[in-house]
Amino acid sequence: MAEFEPKIIAFCCNWCTYAAADIAGTSRIHYPANVRIVRVMCSGMVDPIYILKAFEMGADGVLVAGCHEADCHYLNGPLKCDAMFEKLKKVVNVLGLEEERLRREMIAAAEAPIFAELIEEMVKQLKKLGPSPFRERVKV
Amino acid sequence: MNLEDIIKETKTYYCLECGKCTSICPVSRHNSNFSPRLMLERALMGFEDELIHDRELFSCLTCYACSHLCPSDVDYPVFTQKVRNLASSQGEHGDCAHSGTLFSLMRLISRSDIKQKRLDWLDGCRTSQKSEVLYFVGCAPYFEPIFQDIEVSPVSIARNSIKILNALGIEPMVLPNERCCGHDLLWTGDVETFKKLAQLNAQMIKETGAKKIVFSCPEGYRTFKIDYPQYVELDCELMHITELLAQNLSTLSLRAKRSNPEVKKVTYQDPCRLGRHLGIYEPPREIIRAIPGMKLVEMEHSGDESICCGTSAWTNCGSYSKEIRVERLLEARATGAGMLVTACPKCQIHFKCAMVDKGAEKGPDIEMEVMDIVTLVANALGGKSGE
Repeated sequence: MAEFEPKIIAFCCNWCTYAAADIAGTSRIHYPANVRIVRVMCSGMVDPIYILKAFEMGADGVLVAGCHEADCHYLNGPLKCDAMFEKLKKVVNVLGLEEERLRREMIAAAEAPIFAELIEEMVKQLKKLGPSPFRERVKV
Repeated sequence: MNLEDIIKETKTYYCLECGKCTSICPVSRHNSNFSPRLMLERALMGFEDELIHDRELFSCLTCYACSHLCPSDVDYPVFTQKVRNLASSQGEHGDCAHSGTLFSLMRLISRSDIKQKRLDWLDGCRTSQKSEVLYFVGCAPYFEPIFQDIEVSPVSIARNSIKILNALGIEPMVLPNERCCGHDLLWTGDVETFKKLAQLNAQMIKETGAKKIVFSCPEGYRTFKIDYPQYVELDCELMHITELLAQNLSTLSLRAKRSNPEVKKVTYQDPCRLGRHLGIYEPPREIIRAIPGMKLVEMEHSGDESICCGTSAWTNCGSYSKEIRVERLLEARATGAGMLVTACPKCQIHFKCAMVDKGAEKGPDIEMEVMDIVTLVANALGGKSGE
């Protein structure tokens, strides 16, 4: 049997993390292909339902990444995101989801190597954890 | 099930078109686009598409005010439930409050491999591994973080329920991996997931060997009592905690709060699931009357005429729902009571939400303390679970 390849859905802010991922690509920094990036205009617009839906549809990990607090294009997006994330973390904790599966990071546009490292780290962790407990009924 | 079967099952063809349903409907009073009578008429005339694709199909509160008054005994809430199932198979959905997060959670809970961590609030409660009585916790552990902003604590209702059971000499079992009862999914048309949840719950309960299940949530109680028998086999006695309490009032020593010696006027909101769905009106009132220092005053609409808290199954909550809530809270305030007691965590959530909503523009006019009857009793027991 082939090695388990986790699926990561990353919600990346258009102005920072998405640009970082873009730069990681153009600079040919190697990182695992397990991540599917969803570009959003701001990390503050990521609704809990996006994250839960990702798990519902078979994601093994979800990453929400955007600008550092002071860099936000829309003033207070990261703060909004933090508040949402804090709440959602408590909820998914009740569901019994491992902490490592859901991450919130701040990555600026210039931090391409950090983005690549993060994905590598996440993939390593998720491989150790195995498939998500919500995955069972998803047809592949 | 097609529309014809639904009409037969709910006796819709008996409809006299008298319009009593629409005249009593709390939604129709505020939202002129919604009319139960019109919905039934559409079904009877064969306008299936108009019925299914009407946005207002999901506005019904399924509070049974209409069927309670219907001279032909048409079961409009069940009609709504089944037509919604039909509609959802054609891709129609109501507007979910909280952007559908709660429904997503319910679907995630239905996956069989999950191991929930839902019991970290049990401190101070005595539970046992083997008992004849099972306490069904319900969604409280999930609601706790979601509704902390509006200062509602559903977990405290669960904790107090167990404390009351302890005071009655019962050490109940609680399921560590209990699933959502599926109430909201059933009433919004997702019968598939509902069935899964029902099967998982029934299987787990059978394995524990429980003979009696106690609920503090009216929705869970209704779902187990009326809906589960249609899908799963479960041979247990079911009971709402207010019923159990009312039977055993003499064994509890209820005290008035020492800090507040004045007699406190309270009023009681009948949750639709407990009241009109299951006919439990008196037990909660007996309990309130039995607490020293409490005086029960009734609202203009109470008992079987009670008005619902404005939203059901987290669907189509909007300005009309807020208006219903504001109206109900004004009614509660008009009684002169200082506290609104209810028996359903969702009533509490919805009323609190209306109070903190700045858009409702009623501010201090509708502000009042809202408390679950279980918490009220637990407070009267005093700190040490009444021993």
